[in-house]
Amino acid sequence: MLLTFLFFGCYSGIVYLFCDNKPDAPDAAAQRGWKVWQEKNCQSCHQFYGLGGYMGPDLTNVASQKGTSYMRGIIEHGTGKMPDFHLSNNEVNDVIAFLSWVDKSGKSQVADSSVHWTGTYIISHK
Amino acid sequence: MTKTLKFFTAFTLTMLLLTLFFGMIAAFAFLYPELYNRYLPFYQLRPMHVSAALFWIISGAATGLLFFKKNVFGTKENTSDKVFVWIWVTTILAIFGFYSFKKFGGREYWEFPPFLCLPIFIAWIFLMNSFFSGWKKSFKNPPLYVWMWATGLIFFLLTFTEQNLYQIPWFRQSFLREMTIQWKSNGAMVGAWNQMIYGTSLYIMSRLLGDGSIARSKKAYIFYFIGVVNLMINWGHHIYNLPATSFVRHLAYAISMTEWIVFIAICIDFKSKISQARKYRYLYTHRFIMHAEFWAYLNLGLALMMSIPAINRYTHGTHITVAHAMGATIGINTMILLGSLGYILKIDRLPAFNKKILNIGFITVAISLLVFWGALVVAGLLKGYREVWLGMTNFQQMMKPVLTTLHVFAFAGIFLFVGMFTIIWNYFVAIKYWKLEKPFIKELAAKHQEKSTMMEVE
Repeated sequence: MLLTFLFFGCYSGIVYLFCDNKPDAPDAAAQRGWKVWQEKNCQSCHQFYGLGGYMGPDLTNVASQKGTSYMRGIIEHGTGKMPDFHLSNNEVNDVIAFLSWVDKSGKSQVADSSVHWTGTYIISHK
Repeated sequence: MTKTLKFFTAFTLTMLLLTLFFGMIAAFAFLYPELYNRYLPFYQLRPMHVSAALFWIISGAATGLLFFKKNVFGTKENTSDKVFVWIWVTTILAIFGFYSFKKFGGREYWEFPPFLCLPIFIAWIFLMNSFFSGWKKSFKNPPLYVWMWATGLIFFLLTFTEQNLYQIPWFRQSFLREMTIQWKSNGAMVGAWNQMIYGTSLYIMSRLLGDGSIARSKKAYIFYFIGVVNLMINWGHHIYNLPATSFVRHLAYAISMTEWIVFIAICIDFKSKISQARKYRYLYTHRFIMHAEFWAYLNLGLALMMSIPAINRYTHGTHITVAHAMGATIGINTMILLGSLGYILKIDRLPAFNKKILNIGFITVAISLLVFWGALVVAGLLKGYREVWLGMTNFQQMMKPVLTTLHVFAFAGIFLFVGMFTIIWNYFVAIKYWKLEKPFIKELAAKHQEKSTMMEVE
């Protein structure tokens, strides 16, 4: 059992250190936006990379696909399905900064060409 | 059964009831958000449902440990047990209090403010202390279920700590790292509580069948080994599409495929399991656990398919993932836990009247769960087909036929709640009359003007 925990510890360490070879740190606005995202529990309806809730769309690449003004409109007023969270102007800007930072991390959809014949994916890192 | 354990069992069953209640309302809030957004929005209902489910499963596993350690280690209830129960219960009540004021932590599974993780962590230490001090005093060569309980206890603590690492700024310096670790910890944590629950299932089966050798066989140890390796590595299938370093993905894929061994073994054992199920069908404890076997078969088949990245591409982020989660938490975990709690509460000694109701509840749950699960699979397939195959980008358009299918899921959810309520009601009756032997059971039976049919379980 001790060996099991030793293996778990080593594997965890390797994952922590090497899972992302080109880390891109968030700026202060993105960090604040991340906090708003969590406090408003946005992940209960939205996903990043297909992980999260199912009510709204996956927002991994919303910044590059829809643009800032679209994001601002939805975040400020909500939609029929999404409630208006009454965020301040600064908070809206911070959430947009956060979503733009997430967008830079990669593409949520795996392209056809990335599927290897063995069934796995070969995804080029960012 | 002590007062503390009686209370904790009742609390655990209440969590199950709340899970189904919030889940049922949340399903309709998902379909008709405009009606709910003002007073009880989906983003508030979902954490209530998810947390209740999570705490039902973990509390259920802990109830088994607290009760069975008395038989296995020969130890009595101690202060650690009581401290664990009180911290655990108080924290969970506080969590629901925060949800009602819309105060969230915004993490998947753990949606409450993060400072509440501290009392949960402390409570777990007390549970571990109680278990390991009991083990230390008893035997050196324990059966497999003791190892499984220990593995679950330790890994829960490790993964629970790991899922809080995001509090350290370094872990938030990369979004990919943060996502990887979040799913590493959550994925492995599911494996941890599964170890505890499967350990309980093994213990009960060895007691019911009067065959202790099943908890010492080579085959059981091989499955345990496969389970632990999968716990540590196969979480990677949650994040196949995350552009993190490839070794995480490839290793998870390879390890996930070892579960075919378990799947094939279940298929080979199928015939003998069926004859065993027929032989013991009068025992509700046994029926629940055998029903979990059926769901393990169904869910493992689905999981194996989803673990192949090329297929996962169509299923990831769709309701097939929810189907997998529901199949695991209701079909497998809840069934085993109902078997476990039923064994503790001696439900097989309940009067004929109660058993009749229990039977109706069991059949209602079995049928509605199958419809519920099937609707989610169809909804997932529809979304995967429209999003990946047809390449639809308009979310509302993509979801149109999915939402129609989810109406079937929501209505099946009502029947699931009613069926489960019927079962839980009988469990509460059993808690009330627990430990009261024949004369008292007869008294209960007379109340329903039925003759008591006593089943000697042990």
